[in-house]
Amino acid sequence: MKKFTLFGTLNTMFIALFSLLCTIPMLLVLMVSFTDEKSIQLNGYQLFPEKLSLGAYKLLLLGSTPLYQSYMISILITVVGTLLAVLITGAAGYTLSSRHVKYRNHLAMFFFVTMVFNTGIVPWYLISTGLGLRNTIWALIVPSMIFNPFNLFLVRNYMKQIPDTLTEAARIDGANDFYIALRIFFPLSLPVLATITLFYGIGYWNNWFNAIMLVDNKDLFPLQFLLFKLNSEISMIQSMQRTMSEVATTLPAESVKMATAILTIGPIVFFYPFLQKYFIKGLLIGSVKE
Amino acid sequence: MSDIRKRKGVLGELLQNKAAYLLALPAAVYTVIFGYLTMPYLLIAFQKFNYKTGLFNSPWIGFDNFRFFFASPRAWEITFNTLKLNTLFIVFGTIAALLLAILFNELKSRLFSRIAQSTILFPHFLSWVIVSYVLYSLLSTEYGMVNRVLQTIGMEPINWYSSPGYWTSILVGTHIWKDIGISLVIYLAAIAGIDESYYEAGRIDGATRMQLIRFITLPLLLPTVIILSLLALGKIMYGGFDMIYAIVKDNGLLYPTTEVIDTYVFRSLRNIGNPAQAMAIGLYQAVVGFILVYTSNKVVRKINPDHALF
Repeated sequence: MKKFTLFGTLNTMFIALFSLLCTIPMLLVLMVSFTDEKSIQLNGYQLFPEKLSLGAYKLLLLGSTPLYQSYMISILITVVGTLLAVLITGAAGYTLSSRHVKYRNHLAMFFFVTMVFNTGIVPWYLISTGLGLRNTIWALIVPSMIFNPFNLFLVRNYMKQIPDTLTEAARIDGANDFYIALRIFFPLSLPVLATITLFYGIGYWNNWFNAIMLVDNKDLFPLQFLLFKLNSEISMIQSMQRTMSEVATTLPAESVKMATAILTIGPIVFFYPFLQKYFIKGLLIGSVKE
Repeated sequence: MSDIRKRKGVLGELLQNKAAYLLALPAAVYTVIFGYLTMPYLLIAFQKFNYKTGLFNSPWIGFDNFRFFFASPRAWEITFNTLKLNTLFIVFGTIAALLLAILFNELKSRLFSRIAQSTILFPHFLSWVIVSYVLYSLLSTEYGMVNRVLQTIGMEPINWYSSPGYWTSILVGTHIWKDIGISLVIYLAAIAGIDESYYEAGRIDGATRMQLIRFITLPLLLPTVIILSLLALGKIMYGGFDMIYAIVKDNGLLYPTTEVIDTYVFRSLRNIGNPAQAMAIGLYQAVVGFILVYTSNKVVRKINPDHALF
């Protein structure tokens, strides 16, 4: 039944070409990270470099560089933050979706209002500093990251579909709200919880705004912020080199930058199949429904 | 039963369902602190704010912060840049995603379609910092691939990072590259939701492929396009901080075409250290943004009430 028309072939070729064009810039970064520094200085950034080298990765992974510290910070805030965020959002989602809670719609309104009236970064900054979050790990976890009303409404809409009879049966058996939320609602809402886990997780991993606003202490720099600083402050790379004098004769500044970028993308590539599946699910619940 | 409920009042309800309300407490506390408590701080736009004296004891100076901002030529420049960039993002982003979705919909092979979608969606998950590196690998004056290509075909290399004229197109292109995947997925889902019988009827009447697209697919996609555009319009005075600050940083040469309200507010707050001034600009941003959304929604409502957001 499949017919191969001229249009069909051209269309497939066009889309293949477009996808390739979308990928090339990222491949370029990948290739540069493996390119010998002299080769870069001679030929610039190339997709097919003259001479390959592992120098940048050696410097980054074997030297005592700030990379490890930043990786630990990024993993820490992503894991702890996402866990807390999903718990907070899931628990509130239970309250808003429970029919026996009389003021659930008032509560929903209370959360909705802050979604509409955004006061911007100045009050956000003053409150965060006022709470003493500056230069603490919590600055990277709490402000604007740990709870998002949009995700709350995703969870509520999903949990609303859970039949009341289940809750009632559990109540008759003497279960309280904590038990029902944790043991009945959470397991039944795994798909939406997976979706918000990804929303929060990606948010934490990619966040550098909190760091630029609230953190000056180098030991607390998350990976993204280290990367942000790296491009402008070559001194950071130089300090890496000083600890690695036996490996590098010339400073592989260009490939080190790109290698850091690649190491930062790493986890995203690793989780991508999972990410894509639940991300699209959540996106479509959020935008097509309602 | 219902009589007892009526009599017990607010406190009674809170006590009876205290476990359920406790579960919402962390989210509520967060919302009070980072939502409701931010609102009084809007007032510092009318103060000569000082960190020591704080919100309650700083002297009031009326509209001086606003006057100072609007007196500088930068005010119009950054407002113009914000509106210009966001409008171009919306218009070109929508057109590109719609075209691509229609082409994707004509693909016969599901597998190929899925692989291509995954490829195009990927950049969406990268942070703007990473994207700034990707862009730099293309545009770096010394080593960038674009300049090397220009040289091989006998053209002069261009000093991209000091030529503001190119940056409107560069930013629009980069924005489309990063986010076209997400709109593509949404539009494809919307197309998949169109009833197949419309197309069958069209085919029986002898409609060509182009006519099916023109008279069935596009009109039925219109509500989705309008809703997404209205949502984007809601942020038309905002946005771009992550993108523009990651890419442009403090490169003053590019400010004439790239500085937007968000980056300007950031600089007033963090580099210059004047929160009151920054708040005044933020308030201006919020008010103009609200007016724009409200008006555009009203226009949409006039044309077709079903398509309006509120």
